[in-house]
Amino acid sequence: MRLTTRRTRLAAVALAAITAVGGLSACGNDDDDQPAAGEKPAKLVVDTFGEMGYDELVKQYEKETGIKVELRKTAQLSEYRPKLVRYLATGKGAADVTALEEGILNEFKANPRNWADLNPLVADHSKEYLPWKWELGKAPDGRLIGLPTDVGSLAVCYRKDLFQAAGLPTERDQVSALWPDWNGFHEAGKKYKQGSGGKAFIDSITAVSNGVLFQQGADLFYDKENNIIADSSPAVKTAWDTATSMVDISAKAQTWSPEWSGGFKQGTFAATFCPSWMLGIVAENSGAANKGKWDVASVPGGGGNWGGSWLAVPEQSKYQKEAAKLAEFLTNATSQVEAFKAKGPLPTNLEALKNEAFLSYTNEYFSNAPTGKIFGESVSKIEPIHLGPKHQAVKENAFEPAMRAFENGQADKAKAWEQFTKDAKTQGAF
Amino acid sequence: MSLSATTAPPSPAPPPPDAPARRRRGYLLNRLDLKYSPYLYIAPFFLLFGVFGLYPMLRTAWMSLHDWDMIGDHTFIGLDNYSALLSDDYFWNALVNTFGIFALSTIPQLLLALFLANLLNKTLLRAKTFFRMAIFVPNVVSVAAVAIVFGMLFQREFGLFNWLLSLVGVDPVDWDGERWSSWTAIASMVNWRWTGYNTLILLAGMQAIPKDLYEAAAIDGASQWRQFWQITLPMLKPTFIFVVILSTIGGMQLFTEPLLFGNGNIIGGNQREFQTLAMYMYEKGITNLNTAGYGAAVAWAIFMIIVLVSLLNFLLVRRTAK
Repeated sequence: MRLTTRRTRLAAVALAAITAVGGLSACGNDDDDQPAAGEKPAKLVVDTFGEMGYDELVKQYEKETGIKVELRKTAQLSEYRPKLVRYLATGKGAADVTALEEGILNEFKANPRNWADLNPLVADHSKEYLPWKWELGKAPDGRLIGLPTDVGSLAVCYRKDLFQAAGLPTERDQVSALWPDWNGFHEAGKKYKQGSGGKAFIDSITAVSNGVLFQQGADLFYDKENNIIADSSPAVKTAWDTATSMVDISAKAQTWSPEWSGGFKQGTFAATFCPSWMLGIVAENSGAANKGKWDVASVPGGGGNWGGSWLAVPEQSKYQKEAAKLAEFLTNATSQVEAFKAKGPLPTNLEALKNEAFLSYTNEYFSNAPTGKIFGESVSKIEPIHLGPKHQAVKENAFEPAMRAFENGQADKAKAWEQFTKDAKTQGAF
Repeated sequence: MSLSATTAPPSPAPPPPDAPARRRRGYLLNRLDLKYSPYLYIAPFFLLFGVFGLYPMLRTAWMSLHDWDMIGDHTFIGLDNYSALLSDDYFWNALVNTFGIFALSTIPQLLLALFLANLLNKTLLRAKTFFRMAIFVPNVVSVAAVAIVFGMLFQREFGLFNWLLSLVGVDPVDWDGERWSSWTAIASMVNWRWTGYNTLILLAGMQAIPKDLYEAAAIDGASQWRQFWQITLPMLKPTFIFVVILSTIGGMQLFTEPLLFGNGNIIGGNQREFQTLAMYMYEKGITNLNTAGYGAAVAWAIFMIIVLVSLLNFLLVRRTAK
C-alpha cells in the first residue's frame, strides 16, 4: 500500500515536471503557418491608444470586405508603448495595423526594419495630406512607414467667468485679440493677476514652452542630420526664454499632476493650452458644474502642435498588403471626418479639413465654441518640424525638468539651462 | 520504512513462480525512489527558478556586455557599460538617494517595530489578537493605492500635511522639490506599509524566548527596562538580522513609491532628487529603448550592492555575536 502511494506520487511529480517542461517548450513553437500568397486573411488586428474614433469605421470595413477586424484599444500611451516594445523585441504579438503617436514615432522610426514599407502597398497619397505630416511618416531610409491620422493643433482654453471677474474681455474673438503674440499673452496674464488679487493665469511655464517650441518651424533638439543641437538651437532658446519669463503668472502645476487636474475645479489657473484632444480632458477635470464656463480662443503667435498619430504596419504582420489597405481606409478623408465627429481627433487629410460637417461642428461644453472652425484654421498654420530620434526623451527628461526646476525656485535660470544642456546630451544619444 | 515495504508485496495474490525476480525489481525501484525522488520533489521549484530566476539573471548579464537596442542591433562591447557606470553622476546620485531613503525608512521603522512588538508581547494587554491583526493591515493594501493616497497628502497646494503645517504657521513645503522633503515623504510611505510586518516578525521572535529567563530576572529584582535590554534584545538578535536583511533587499529595490510620488516620471524629481537605483535601471533599460545594455549593467550593480550590504550585515552581526 505504502509503496503504491509513493509510486503514484513519484509518477505525479514526474508528470508535473514533464508537463512543465512541455508547456514551456510549447510556448516556443507557436503556429508558424504562413498564409498562401494572395490568400484573404480571416482577421486583421488594429492596435490603438486613447480614443481614435474607429469603432464604427471598423464595422463598416468588415461589411464591405468580409474581413473581420479586431480593434484593440489601450487607454494610455504609457501602457501602450511598453506593449509595443515587447511585440517588436520578441517578434510576435503586434497588431497588423499599429497606431504610432508623434512622441514615440521617432524612436520607432530609428529602426525602420521593424515596419513594412507602405510605398508599394498603397496608392500614392502624398499630395492629399498636410505635407509636413506626410513627411514625418517616412523613415530616415526613405521607407514610408506611417499614414497620417490626426494632428494636435493648439488653441487656448480659458475660463470666461474668471476672466470677467478679473476685468478681462470674455468674447473669444476679443480674447484672441488680446494676444496676437506671446508678449500680449504675458501682458494679459499680468493684468489677470492684478485684477484677480494675485491669482495665477496659466497652468505652468512648460505648457507655454510646448506651444512656442512647435510653432517656429525650425529644428529643435536635432538638426536635419540628427546631430544634437539642443544647446545651440535658436528655436529651443526662444521657447526657453519666452516660457521662463512667464514664471510670474504660472500656477506651477505640472501637466498631468494632481495639482494640475485638481486645479481645473479649483480655478488655480484661468487658461491652458488645448489641442483638440485635450478638450475632453479639460471638461472631465472641470466637472459638470463648470459647463459653459470654458471657451476656446486662438493660440498666441498662431499655430502650434501637440500630439497626433500615424498608422503603421509592422514587418511581422502576416497580411501586410491587406493591413495596408485597412490603414489606407482608416486615414482617408471620409473616415477622418467620421472619427472627428465620433471622438474628436483632428483630420490631417486636406479634403477632410474642408469638409462642411467638420467646419460647422460646435462644442457644447465649451460655450458652443466652433471648434471645427477654430482648429481647422490653426491646422494650416502648423509649421513642419524635423524631430530627431529621441525628441520625446530630450523634451520630457531634460528640457521640461530643468524648466520646472527653475519654475519651482530650485535653480536659477543659468543653472537650469546648464542642467538642460547636460542632460540633453545623454537623453538624446541614440 | 523502505525495508518493510519490500517485504510486503503490492498484491495479495499467491506468489507466482517468478516471485524472487519481482521482489528484486521492487527492491531496485524502491532504492531508486529513495535516492532520486527527493530531487523530483524539489524539482518544480528549481525548474521555475531556472526559468524565471536564473535565466533572466544570466541573460541580463549577457545583455550588460552589449550595446543593446531593445528593438534594434546588439553589439558586444565587453565591460564598457560597467566602466561608464563608475563615472556616471546620475548612477551615484541614484545610489545616494536609495541609501538615504533606506536609512530614513529602515531605522525609524525597526525602532518603532521593536517598541510595538514589545508592547504587544506584554501579558497585560487586552484584545491582543485584534491589535496584532490591525497592525498588519497596511501591508495588505496595494503599494499603488498607498503611493497615490500619500501623494495626495503630500501635495503642495491642497495636501493635508501642508494644511497642518499652515495651522502652526509654517510655510507650505514643496515636498517633491527638495531632497530631504521628498525622502521623508517616500520613507513615510515605506514605514506605514512595513512597520506592522516587521513588528509581527519581531513579536514571533520575542515569544520564542523562554519565559523562565524573565522569571529568574524578576526574582533577582531586574526592572522591566533591564529585562528588555539584557534578555529580550540579545535573544532577539537572529530575528533582528533576518528583518534587517529583508529590509535591505526591499530598500535597495525601492521603485513604486518614488515613481508614483513623482507623478510617474521616471527621473524622480526635476533634479533627480528621489530617483532610486531601481528607477535608474528602468530609465536606462526600459524607457530608453537603445540603452537596454546599460540598464542591464545597472541591474547587476544593484545585485552586487545587495550582496555586499547583506554580507557586511552578516559579518558585523557575527562579530558582535562572539
